[in-house]
Amino acid sequence: MPEDAARGQMLRLVDRDRPSLAFVLDGAPATACEGDTILTAVLTARRRLAEANAVDGPRAGFCLMGACQECWVAVDGKPLRACGTLVAAGMRVTTDRTRARG
Amino acid sequence: MADPAIAIVGAGPAGIRAAEALARHGLAAVLVDEAPKGGGQIYRQAPDVFRRPYSARYGFEARKARALHEAIARLAGAIDYRSSTLAWNVWDRKLDTLHDGHTGRIGFDVLVIAAGAMDRILPLPGWTLPGVYSLGGAQIALKVQGCAIGRRVAFVGTGPLLYLVAYQYAKAGARVAAVLDTSSAADKRGALSAMGAEPRTLAKGLYYRAWLGAHRIAIEEGATDLAIAGDGGVRELRYRRGGIDKSVDCDAVGLGFGLKPETQLADLAGCAFRFDRDSRQWLPERNADGESSVPNVYLAGDGARIGGADAAELWGERVGLAIAARFGRPRDAVRIAAIDARLARLAKFRAALERAFPIPSQLAALADDTILCRCESIRVGQAKAAIRDFALVEMNRMKAITRIGMGRCQGRMCGLAAAELLAAQCGRDVASVGRLRGQPPVKPIPMPWAGSP
Repeated sequence: MPEDAARGQMLRLVDRDRPSLAFVLDGAPATACEGDTILTAVLTARRRLAEANAVDGPRAGFCLMGACQECWVAVDGKPLRACGTLVAAGMRVTTDRTRARG
Repeated sequence: MADPAIAIVGAGPAGIRAAEALARHGLAAVLVDEAPKGGGQIYRQAPDVFRRPYSARYGFEARKARALHEAIARLAGAIDYRSSTLAWNVWDRKLDTLHDGHTGRIGFDVLVIAAGAMDRILPLPGWTLPGVYSLGGAQIALKVQGCAIGRRVAFVGTGPLLYLVAYQYAKAGARVAAVLDTSSAADKRGALSAMGAEPRTLAKGLYYRAWLGAHRIAIEEGATDLAIAGDGGVRELRYRRGGIDKSVDCDAVGLGFGLKPETQLADLAGCAFRFDRDSRQWLPERNADGESSVPNVYLAGDGARIGGADAAELWGERVGLAIAARFGRPRDAVRIAAIDARLARLAKFRAALERAFPIPSQLAALADDTILCRCESIRVGQAKAAIRDFALVEMNRMKAITRIGMGRCQGRMCGLAAAELLAAQCGRDVASVGRLRGQPPVKPIPMPWAGSP
């Protein structure tokens, strides 16, 4: 469903009136809300955190509590877990798996 | 007697109450916690910009959440509280830590491990699709980010959290597609009278369920043959009940089968483990004071054995009082007796919960192409072939051959399922195939940071 692909996986339900902030997601401008984790910021905009590669299918995190290690991304060149890191204005987030490996 | 250097790992209900009891006796611990704010997962705090009131975020537990947050706020000024700090190794009476990209080391005479728990996960077809989250993860998305994991969410698995999270989602305005429970109504009836040991907790569970029913949210008990289908994301959840194949349209799934302690640090500290028949997991041993087999290493809360948040607070205090008494403070016998009596009641209740929400035995029936280890994308069929070809009978050997448990999560997600599969395939009891050894670092440490001062 094309219109589904354009929507995020996660849906903001409550506390939606937070100030917005701009960051960079895989080289393109993106918008988040203050207080979002990187994972929330990405997955309210799209359905995947990491695209498929030769071995693994696409992924979008799993445990959200720092246990499964599935949401590593590169933030300004450093590897971090997206579920435990708050997004900040101007942050450059890269979800490419090869760059997110420490 | 000189006061000991005390380190506590984990600022959830157990760690905070341990630190508080120690502080009451003039013993200041170093409290290390991975999260930026105290509370653990159950009472996890949202970033300050979120305004949702306690009553909405924590429901019936709002009063307990507030009390715990107030306790850590008071303690923070009085003790050495290190938030956003990962404890990734224990050796020779030292903790290795990582904070903001810098490694550190904390020496201790006494260690309290209150590392908490995560969802007990069993694999099923499609469980690695984007949109599938652990039940605890689904709850965190709502509690501290104000988000639902999807627009139409199905909850599947078993345990009290299944009904609680579905209730919290529906109450916050999310569309709940269905609640599929792998345990049966008969399982719950059989445990009902024993669950009466904690009438208030039981009443809350029954309330969530009744609320879901009153809001016409489908609840199916005794669901089997679970499978999540979709192409690059969740499209439907298939299951079988009463001999009929059914499915639910959804774009997200919350998945969990009870909880599992985080025991890696206890393992690295050298604590002895014992197989627990009720929960079918290896758990660190501890005595009535919460002390492990290693002198001066104490275990508190769900990180030692699943008991729930109330038990975790009590175990934390109990351990704090035991340590204080060991190091020359007056032993508070009255309070200790009261805690022990309450913990005994909670233990009975917990045993009844395990009977009411048993783990399904569907692993042997999983199709060969189902992913078993999500870190390394290793499938059930590959694991079965390795078990057969290498005549595997032990978990660490299986890890060496298959890489199951060698990925970034170190078997947190797949370890229990892999043990059950190995036991079934080699025809032995699950207790006899052993458990994955803990390895430092207990969580990945990015290489760019490993050498930093």
